[in-house]
Amino acid sequence: MKPAPFRYAAPTTVPQALELLAQHGDEAKLLAGGQSLLPLMNFRLARPSVVIDINRIAELAGIQQDAGVLRVGATTRQAALARWAADQPGWELLRAALGFVGHDAIRTRGTIGGNIAHADPASELPALLLCLDGSVLACGPRGEREVPARELFWGPLTTSIQPDELVTEVRFPSPGSGAGWGFEEVSRRHGDYALAGVAALVACDPDGRVLDSRLALFGVGDTPLRATDAEQALRGREPTRAAIDEAARLVGPALDPHADLHADADYRRSVAGVLAARALAGAVSRCEDGRVGATQR
Amino acid sequence: MGAKYFGASVPRKEDERFLVGDARYVDDITLAGMHHAAFLRSPHGHARVRAVDVSAAASLPGVRGVFTYDSFARWMKPLALFGAVPPRLAERVAITVKNVPQYPMARDTVRYVGEIVAMVVADNRHLAENALDAIEVDYEPLPPLVDMVDAAEPSAPVLHPEWGDNVAVAFKNTLGDPDRALAGADVTVRERFHVQRYVGMPIEMRGVVAEYDRRAGALTTWNNTQVPHFLQQGLANTFELPTHKVRVVAPDVGGGFGTKANGYAEDVLVPLAARELGRPVKWTEDRREHFMAAAHARHQTHDVEIGATRDGTIVGIKDRIWVDLGAYNSWGIVLPYNSVAHLLGPYRVTNLFVDVTAVVTNKMPNAPYRGAGRPEVVFAIERAVDCLAHELGIDPADVRRRNFIRADELPYEIDMPYRDGNPLVYDSGDFPATLEAALAQVDYDAFRAEQPRLRARGIYRGIGMAAYVEGTAVGPYESASVRVDLSGRVVVATGAASQGQGHETTFAQVAADALGVPLDWVTVVGGDTDAVPFGVGTYASRSAVTAGNSLHDAATEVRGKLVDAAAKLLEVAPDDVVLEEGQISIRGVADSALPLGKLVQASLPTFAAPGVAPPRFEAEAFHHVPTVTYTNAVHVAAVEVDPGTGLTKILRYVVAHDCGNVINPRIVDGQIHGGVAQGIGGALFEDLVFDDQAQLLTGSFLDYLVPTSMEIPTIENVHLHTPSPRNPLGMKGVGEGGAISPPAAVANAIEDALAPWGVRITATPVSPARIVGLLAARERERARVHA
Repeated sequence: MKPAPFRYAAPTTVPQALELLAQHGDEAKLLAGGQSLLPLMNFRLARPSVVIDINRIAELAGIQQDAGVLRVGATTRQAALARWAADQPGWELLRAALGFVGHDAIRTRGTIGGNIAHADPASELPALLLCLDGSVLACGPRGEREVPARELFWGPLTTSIQPDELVTEVRFPSPGSGAGWGFEEVSRRHGDYALAGVAALVACDPDGRVLDSRLALFGVGDTPLRATDAEQALRGREPTRAAIDEAARLVGPALDPHADLHADADYRRSVAGVLAARALAGAVSRCEDGRVGATQR
Repeated sequence: MGAKYFGASVPRKEDERFLVGDARYVDDITLAGMHHAAFLRSPHGHARVRAVDVSAAASLPGVRGVFTYDSFARWMKPLALFGAVPPRLAERVAITVKNVPQYPMARDTVRYVGEIVAMVVADNRHLAENALDAIEVDYEPLPPLVDMVDAAEPSAPVLHPEWGDNVAVAFKNTLGDPDRALAGADVTVRERFHVQRYVGMPIEMRGVVAEYDRRAGALTTWNNTQVPHFLQQGLANTFELPTHKVRVVAPDVGGGFGTKANGYAEDVLVPLAARELGRPVKWTEDRREHFMAAAHARHQTHDVEIGATRDGTIVGIKDRIWVDLGAYNSWGIVLPYNSVAHLLGPYRVTNLFVDVTAVVTNKMPNAPYRGAGRPEVVFAIERAVDCLAHELGIDPADVRRRNFIRADELPYEIDMPYRDGNPLVYDSGDFPATLEAALAQVDYDAFRAEQPRLRARGIYRGIGMAAYVEGTAVGPYESASVRVDLSGRVVVATGAASQGQGHETTFAQVAADALGVPLDWVTVVGGDTDAVPFGVGTYASRSAVTAGNSLHDAATEVRGKLVDAAAKLLEVAPDDVVLEEGQISIRGVADSALPLGKLVQASLPTFAAPGVAPPRFEAEAFHHVPTVTYTNAVHVAAVEVDPGTGLTKILRYVVAHDCGNVINPRIVDGQIHGGVAQGIGGALFEDLVFDDQAQLLTGSFLDYLVPTSMEIPTIENVHLHTPSPRNPLGMKGVGEGGAISPPAAVANAIEDALAPWGVRITATPVSPARIVGLLAARERERARVHA
């Protein structure tokens, strides 16, 4: 389990990195935290001829809040973001999602940008980004562009980021004050990739009706998915247990999940619905004007 | 013998070096001019090897040698075979055993994914693996054998043509009249149970370093084997050297579990390359290789029929057993016969029929792994007993109370030989007491009382138990030597190498007590064939009993020599000599005390005088252990199952066990905890999965799930101590037991939790998808009935 021979480059600026990407194109791989790339290389399943290590580009790491948007530098470690989120009101959903990303050792190396760009459909942060209607900033020879999460994920491990582009920043919009959140995941063991997972946000009006509901699923398709039918079914309604269950029942049938060693497609479909109901109930119970926790359970 | 240390939870002497990183494993050994090996392994489950072209690989930079079967043809001898039928067993049970030689490298056919086709030796491992990429092999795929039941059919393709079929081991055995007993039963249950393929995952990979000294014509190899003396014999045979020209050193070893007690191709190939190239060669297994080509384990199917009278008395059991051995029959009768010898466990059942078929398939050959045939049979029988209890409408604990052999029935003989050919006689223990101790610890009655209340609230908790009676401490002996040095300090050596079990502490406890010296005066050496000429090794829950008693014998003999010498030095009768705390003194004369070192020094000749006594303060002992001694235990698991997700959470895990006298209770606790963790791995997580082409699908820790600390609950141990009558120290083995019962106990608990659905758990691992699938099938069934 030693990687095939490769050349190594460690640029210190974004332009240098872009130049290397332009030069090597498909032959190059960007190394951020290395938590996915290095095992693939050690198995010789990935054989890049050049590894471009972006860890020495200082400007790529950092966390700032800017007009309700959390801007996270691509090489910011998952552990650093979790530490930041630990005492930030309004970012409980982010904190919950990060708690499911691997283990401490993985989060200490793993980066936010790397995790998003790797686009594993069973991964938490891509689904979170989709749930929050976030985006990434990509730099390339044609300049800088902001790619919304809805246009980012094309398939398993495939995104709309071009081979000559570099993700420099991940932008998480704030869920908004008063919105309630829910996060549910099933994995075989603590820290494993999800067999199925759900991130939910619910906002209610002062009458206790659902203004906005969002439901992002992971581990149940080729990309993270929004359960739009279920989201729609809840909007404008009082989020009773029955309404939640009704919405959650729409989740499974809309899915075409894969089967693997750990779970068949039926399992993923069924459990996505169960988790959607739980995540929505959790979100409503945490929602400022939500009532399910108080009276309807 | 004073028992100052025996029975005390003294801290492990070896832990400091492990904890601070000062341990020395095989991979830490670096020799001048050392090369590194890598192996090309078959990607096919079954294929003919038409041609191997190594020319491109051989010409790559840094490559020192590329070897195939033909390169070493002169030295290719079959790998070691274990598990022949002892004559006294053959007299009683007709057992068919077929063998075929397995060579260290494939000749013309590969029979499992991971079988070695070629070996590269290069300046470093990277270069060696690059060269593997450049070797061209022309494979012609052959039909694979995957399913063990199918492989046993006469119509199946035959893996080893010389056999005519795929059956490697077959036997039947009957006790009493099971047909009549089952025909007369009020209630019978028939079910097929399946235990998956899974195996120990030691943190330290296998590893071999070898150096051949041309001047001396001698081979030294560092190998993290559990059985250094076995390996020494094998290498002496391969290299055609006298035994003393082969030295095997097993340094610090990071876990064995049976996986490292097997005979492996790399054990031979690395030394052959070292001799061929005249340079030391190292190979360290990587985890991918470990999944493919370190011995696999478990994997049985049982068709059980069990019957009882209305009051819950079990009247008979029939069990048709299939064992999947993988591609070669490396271990003969060990696994299948172990299963049969442990089938009845604590149950008083006199009518039994077993029909055993162990087959070869296109998978890495199996070897004993912690439990070695016992967890599988305990799963089948303890699951069947729970199914029977359900059919009878009697609590599973009460069925066991009714059928467990009572203490006053011991010694209790089961009318079949043990695997060693000796009578199968339970020597000691109180099985009902073990059961009650476990149930009391878990507060079984309170659990049962609360269970329906929780169910009404949608909380599904269940409780399950599983017992075993285990033949431990396989003989026939283990070596131990004890030697006192010039400073009065003690060196103990034994053939029972340690893989982390704490031998340096427990053996020091035995020796310190027997000799009358402080614990830290004793250094324990294991795992070096130069330290002790004969030995057996560490497996089969044997070291404390076999090496411990030999050590006790040897230390007692040395103590006698010390006392005799002291009597001469102190000019008193031997009976008046006190040897305590490393000092000799005259009984009742406080100021006569002398440190032991002074006695040893006084025994050496000086210019003035001969010594007071011959300075041979050493002894070797080989305590004879003709047969096993029986440990028993009851495990109880309490679980909560989420019917929505199929997730199982283990709430409580209780082990009540009786391994006789205990040298170090804390070490025994640790042994049980580790075994239970591995057993829970088998119950819920671990599975070596092959597809229909015999391709291994679980080749990394991404897919093969070993439980972590997050999945393992607190394990509550209750110790019972019925001394073994079969050895002077009254001990019984405990190394494997923890791993035996968890699959059965956890599966019983899950089925109990899901009782409202009435599903039956018949296979492990009990994954969330399996549970949700069973529940969904039951819901569909109900919907059909109501429609």
